Amino acid sequence: MKITEEEKKLAIETTRRLLETYNDNQGNVIPVLQQVQNKLGYVPAVAMEEVAAHFHIPSVDVYGIITFYNQFRLTPPGKHQVKICMGTACHMRGAHIIQESWERRLNIKLGETTKDREYSLERVACVGCCTMAPVVVINDEIHGKITPTRVDGLIFANQLDNQKAKEGAAPNE
Amino acid sequence: MSKNFPAAAFAKLQEQAQKEWARLREKPLILIGAATCGRAAGALSLLKDVKNELAKLKLDANVLEVGCMGHCYAEPIMVIHNEGLPAICYGYVTEGVGARIVRDFLTEGDPCVEFALAALEPNDMFPTFADFPRGVYENKVVLEQCGFIDPQNIDHYISTGGYTALTKALEMPPEEIITTIKDSGLRGRGGAGFPTGIKWQTCRNAPGTTKYVICNADEGDPGAFMDRTILESNPHLMVEGLAIAARAVGAGKGYVYIRAEYPLAVERVALAIEQARVKGLLGDNILGSNYSLDIEIFQGSGAFVCGEESALIASMEGQPGIPRHRPPFPAEAGLWGQPTIINNVKTLSYVPHIIKNGADWFTGIGSGENPGTAIFALAGKVINTGLAEVPMSTTLNELINEVGSGIAGGKKLKAVQIGGPSGGCLPESAMDTPIDFDSLTQAGAMMGSGGMVVLDEDDCMVEIARFFLDFTQQESCGKCTFCRLGTKHMLDILERITKGQGKPEDIDTLTGLAAKVKAGSLCSLGKTAPNPVLSTLKYFREEYEAHINEGRCPAKMCKELIAYYILPDKCERSCDACVGSCPVEAIHDNEDRIKVIDQEKCVKCDSCTMACPPQYKAVVKLSPPHLVLEKDKEYKEGKQKWQQ
Ligand SMILES: Cc1cc2nc3c(=O)[nH]c(=O)nc-3n(C[C@H](O)[C@H](O)[C@H](O)COP(=O)(O)O)c2cc1C
Ligand code: SF4
Ligand code: SF4
Ligand code: FES
Ligand code: FES
Repeated sequence: MKITEEEKKLAIETTRRLLETYNDNQGNVIPVLQQVQNKLGYVPAVAMEEVAAHFHIPSVDVYGIITFYNQFRLTPPGKHQVKICMGTACHMRGAHIIQESWERRLNIKLGETTKDREYSLERVACVGCCTMAPVVVINDEIHGKITPTRVDGLIFANQLDNQKAKEGAAPNE
Repeated sequence: MSKNFPAAAFAKLQEQAQKEWARLREKPLILIGAATCGRAAGALSLLKDVKNELAKLKLDANVLEVGCMGHCYAEPIMVIHNEGLPAICYGYVTEGVGARIVRDFLTEGDPCVEFALAALEPNDMFPTFADFPRGVYENKVVLEQCGFIDPQNIDHYISTGGYTALTKALEMPPEEIITTIKDSGLRGRGGAGFPTGIKWQTCRNAPGTTKYVICNADEGDPGAFMDRTILESNPHLMVEGLAIAARAVGAGKGYVYIRAEYPLAVERVALAIEQARVKGLLGDNILGSNYSLDIEIFQGSGAFVCGEESALIASMEGQPGIPRHRPPFPAEAGLWGQPTIINNVKTLSYVPHIIKNGADWFTGIGSGENPGTAIFALAGKVINTGLAEVPMSTTLNELINEVGSGIAGGKKLKAVQIGGPSGGCLPESAMDTPIDFDSLTQAGAMMGSGGMVVLDEDDCMVEIARFFLDFTQQESCGKCTFCRLGTKHMLDILERITKGQGKPEDIDTLTGLAAKVKAGSLCSLGKTAPNPVLSTLKYFREEYEAHINEGRCPAKMCKELIAYYILPDKCERSCDACVGSCPVEAIHDNEDRIKVIDQEKCVKCDSCTMACPPQYKAVVKLSPPHLVLEKDKEYKEGKQKWQQ
């Protein structure tokens, strides 16, 4: 996925602003990267370079950290970040079936973002709601007892919301 | 410093807290279980409904968001304390029901018993949770207040006896705290069961003045949620335990290492720390003593191996989380090279209770080398999913069938997975095994941190082994060759088996690889990674053989080895429910208007099974898949006979 010049600029500015509040103690590297990801939704290469310079470490070390930990993304997420729980309980209750439903409906694979950047698909380990398995987390909201039909429903509900938002934005409301 | 200073300062806090609690009880008090799992079940909209109803009726009541009572199966859950009646707990409070209970109860005094689960206090009208079959086995220590107090209000915790243990500990010589913990026999609940008192002693004895205490809330087992629930429901208990630990070893700084996937727990712990600081229970000169402690949160970034203590430390130091060789143990040289104790959330949560009630009280629960209680997250095919706390050495059978009410849907129990990726699957015949560190290890599983997934006849044992190996293989940090490549090789074999491409020699290859991975790995991730495979091979070898020799998955779970089929004599023909449910339009009518699945198109999504009305149950799974051809033939022949 291509990251635009504007996105790059925003990433650099955001990272610099965050770095101002941290000293160069290496224990702060991961908290800073988490903040960057919180703000931008991902950690682009330009942000890694800023962080590396601040902590006086090589960029490859920052890259090593980013790729080691599952939490970090290298590309921008979709507006709706769909995370499919792949914990034990969810797996045994058909998480892979749910994963395939999302992949089929959105026409992307796990780890990808749709072209219009509406959706991205990821997996997470247990989110701690095993009793509601199978579970899907969309942005920060947890949805339990998901079935392929619920997947359709969730996508449809979102389309409706989008439509409403568009109509609401029209000049004469 | 006057010796009674902490006690005197604390008495004031306690008085304030009790006033605050009494103030809440002046009006009807409504509690809503809004831990993560309650929220997934709709607790927040229940909260809104209840508040709207109160506003509409102009009723005055206090509404609080509380944590989890452990009865997750019955969510959303609501408790009402109303004058003149015992507090009543309602379950399955779905849309509309909450508002109705509030209305009927608060305006007409009708407690709507039809929605009640139980009363919370003994009385002569309703049963309490203690009267349930599970009441006989449950013994709540750590979970006692979870779901009943407001996790966002320190006064609530204090008014139920919170922070008295810390006050007491501030007046005890640190050695005495350690002796008490040693005498209690407390063993670490993070998985390994290491004696906590000995760990603390080592740290206390280690030279140096800068020491750290870290609470391990990384909870990486992909089927567990005890630590999350405790932190969301009663964060102060862990904070108090951490403070006592820090005081005992002489640490001035504490950290709580929480997984990033637990945002609500992070929020609750942050608030708890802040409130404790404001009350003078953390920070400089705690309760006027000369002891000072600060606690900070560090968020994990989603790597299972970071639950391992040396990897956890590496990640706090800004490095990739790669374990290192021990000794030296963190208690001697941990964070930034300083003596550090790392304890699990549950371990620390027992500490205030032990200090308050004494070591003998703790050894009086559980058995011998395994004192205290065991906390389990019950998930999978059991009826009462949720959290349970039972004395150590309760048997699996008691936990699953009595506390958990047995298997859902009238199915048969096949196995119990305990200990997550390091643990194993125990079969029905091992149900008399006592749940404790030693007995479970002997049986081929592991206590682990308390994840328990109950499996029934529809769960495939090869698939679950493959699932865990897939997990450990992805989470291996890559430092040890056998952990990295050995698990990959084992995973490849298991994948082939679940696809029906297994070879007869595979079982022996797996056993051989398992031994090598165990021997050649540095940390317990690698050392225990083969356990799920070994335990399923030990108890369910015939399932492996069915996959390998017949291309058949006995549980009908492995996608490649099953086919969906509609039973012609069961299909109602014109209900058409399945047709619309199929995402790929694979279902059509045959010449007799019976539905038939086009096997080429079918993506095995299970939608038609769920759509077919329960009175027909016409959609079935067949394994091996070629059985469909035979069934088709049978049908055609049957029809010919019938036509003749
Ligand atoms: C791969 C791996 C993952 C672990 N994950 C956790 C965890 O999520 N939580 C935890 O408390 N301990 C975990 N442990 C155990 C810790 O290394 C350590 O033993 C524990 O936190 C010590 O606390 P305790 O004595 O209170 O049990 C893990 C160990 C390994 C090898
Ligand atoms: S056993 Fe595996 S996870 Fe542990 S240190 Fe070795 S490679 Fe890393
Ligand atoms: S849903 Fe069941 S009964 Fe109805 S047409 Fe399909 S297979 Fe037949
Ligand atoms: S396994 Fe999915 S929430 Fe726990
Ligand atoms: S009662 Fe909901 S998390 Fe347990």
